[in-house]
Amino acid sequence: MTNKSRLFNKKRLDITINRLCHQLIEKHKNFENTVLIGLQPRGIYFLNRIEKNLNRILGKKIDSGILDTTFYRDDFRSKEIPKAKETLIPFLVDEKEVVIIDDVLFTGRTVRSAMEGIMNFGRPKKVELLVLVDRKYSRDIPVEPTYCGIKINTITSDRIEVNLVEQGFKEDNIWISNE
Amino acid sequence: MNKLKSKDLLGIKNLSLEEINLIFETADKFKEVLSRPIKKVPSLRHLTIANVFFENSTRTKLSFELAQKRLSADVVNFSSSVSSVKKGESLLDTINNILVMKVDMIVMRHPNPGAPHFISKNIDASVINAGDGTHEHPTQALLDSYTIREKTGKVKGKRIAIIGDITHSRVALSNIYSLQKLGAEVMLCGPSTLIPKHIKNLNVKVENDIKKALEWCDVANVLRIQLERQKNKFFPSLREYSLYYGINKRLLDSINRNITIMHPGPINRGVEISSDVADSKNSIILDQVENGVAIRMAVMYLLSLNKNR
Repeated sequence: MTNKSRLFNKKRLDITINRLCHQLIEKHKNFENTVLIGLQPRGIYFLNRIEKNLNRILGKKIDSGILDTTFYRDDFRSKEIPKAKETLIPFLVDEKEVVIIDDVLFTGRTVRSAMEGIMNFGRPKKVELLVLVDRKYSRDIPVEPTYCGIKINTITSDRIEVNLVEQGFKEDNIWISNE
Repeated sequence: MNKLKSKDLLGIKNLSLEEINLIFETADKFKEVLSRPIKKVPSLRHLTIANVFFENSTRTKLSFELAQKRLSADVVNFSSSVSSVKKGESLLDTINNILVMKVDMIVMRHPNPGAPHFISKNIDASVINAGDGTHEHPTQALLDSYTIREKTGKVKGKRIAIIGDITHSRVALSNIYSLQKLGAEVMLCGPSTLIPKHIKNLNVKVENDIKKALEWCDVANVLRIQLERQKNKFFPSLREYSLYYGINKRLLDSINRNITIMHPGPINRGVEISSDVADSKNSIILDQVENGVAIRMAVMYLLSLNKNR
C-alpha cells in the first residue's frame, strides 16, 4: 500500500518561492554580481519561477544558466542510464556569486557533480545552494543548502514526487510517498 | 533509447537509425562542452583506451586522442611501424598483450577488412573501428552526416554525391549506410574502374559524368585517390583524372546550383579538388574535422555506458 502525503500545493509553493526570493534579495541585494544556475531537469522549473519572481520584484533581468550534470556524475554507469540534456551557461562565472537551484536535496551527489561542472566555467567567488525540499539525514556527501523551502525527515525508501504544470500536470503538487 | 546495443562500434551497417540519432544528440551536448573555457568532463576518468593504429593516420588518430583526453580517459598509443608486429607478433597476441595491462577500450585501424570484427569476437574490451582496409570507417561517416545535419538543417531528403575513388574507400561504404539510414539519396560518381561492380545493389545511383552528378546533388563529398591501395593502374594518370574528375571553381560556376563541398581528408589539392573550392565558403571540410571530436566523444561515452565498473 502506498502512503502519500502532500508537501506543497500551488498556494504553499507560491508563498515558499516568494519567501526564497526575498531571502536571496536580502543577501544578494541587486544581483549585480550574482548568477543563478538551475540543474537539469526539474531544477530548471524552479529556476524559471524564481527568476520570474526576482525580475518582477527587482525590475531587472538576472543572469541565469542551466546545467546538466550527467557527464560529471559518479554513478551514471551503476544506475538507470540518463540521457545527457542541455547545458547553457552563456557567461563565465569567474568572481561571480553562483546560486545553484534544484528541486530536492537527497544524497548530495548531484550537487557535488554540479559544483564540478560549474568550475569548468571559471572560478566563482562563492557558490550557494537553493533547494525546495531538503531530505535531512540522508546525505552521502557533506553538502547543505543555503536556502531551503522545507526540511523533512525521510527514510531511503521514501520518494518525493514533484508534479508541476510545466511537466504537464493539471496543478502544482509536491508529494512524499512510501510503498 | 539511452545507450547503444553493442559493446563495439565496428561499422554503420549494423547501427539502427535510433542509435545514429542518439550519437548525434549526445554529440550536440559534447559540442557545447567543447565551447567551454575548460573543455573537459570527467566521464571516462576510470577508463584506459588504447589507440592501436596499423596504418597511418593524422586526423582520425588526433581526433580520437583529443576526444579521449576531453573525456578524461587515460590514453596509450600504439603504432605498428615501431612495434613488435615488425618482429612477427600476431594481431591477437598484440591485442591480448595490450589488454592484460588493463585496457578497457580499443580504437583500431588496420589495413585488412574485418580485423576489428575478429578482435571484438575474441576480447571483452570495447572495440571501435577507426578504419579497416577498404571496408568501413564508421566515425568518419557519422561525423560527415552530423556535419550535413548541422550545416544544412537535416539529412533526410538531401541528395549526396560521393565522388572519386569508391573502390578503395572505406569512407564511401560507411557513408552510404549512414546517409541512407538517415533518409538521404546517394549517388556515386567516378571513372567506372573506381566504382565497384555490384555497388548498385546498395540502392545507390551511379554516374560517370561529374557534371551530371554535380547538377543532381545538394552536397558533394569528394574522396581522395588512394594511390597507396592501388596495385593496378585504374586510370592513365593523375593529370587525366584531375582533368575529368577534379572539382574546380570553373566547373562549379558552370552549374546553376549551390553545392556544399565535403572531403574526409587528407586533400590532394589540385587532384580531386582545387584550392579555390576547398577553401571556398561552400566548403565545410574544416567543420567536419571539428565535429569529429564531438562525434568520437559521443561514441566512446555511449559505449562506456555498456561497461560495468
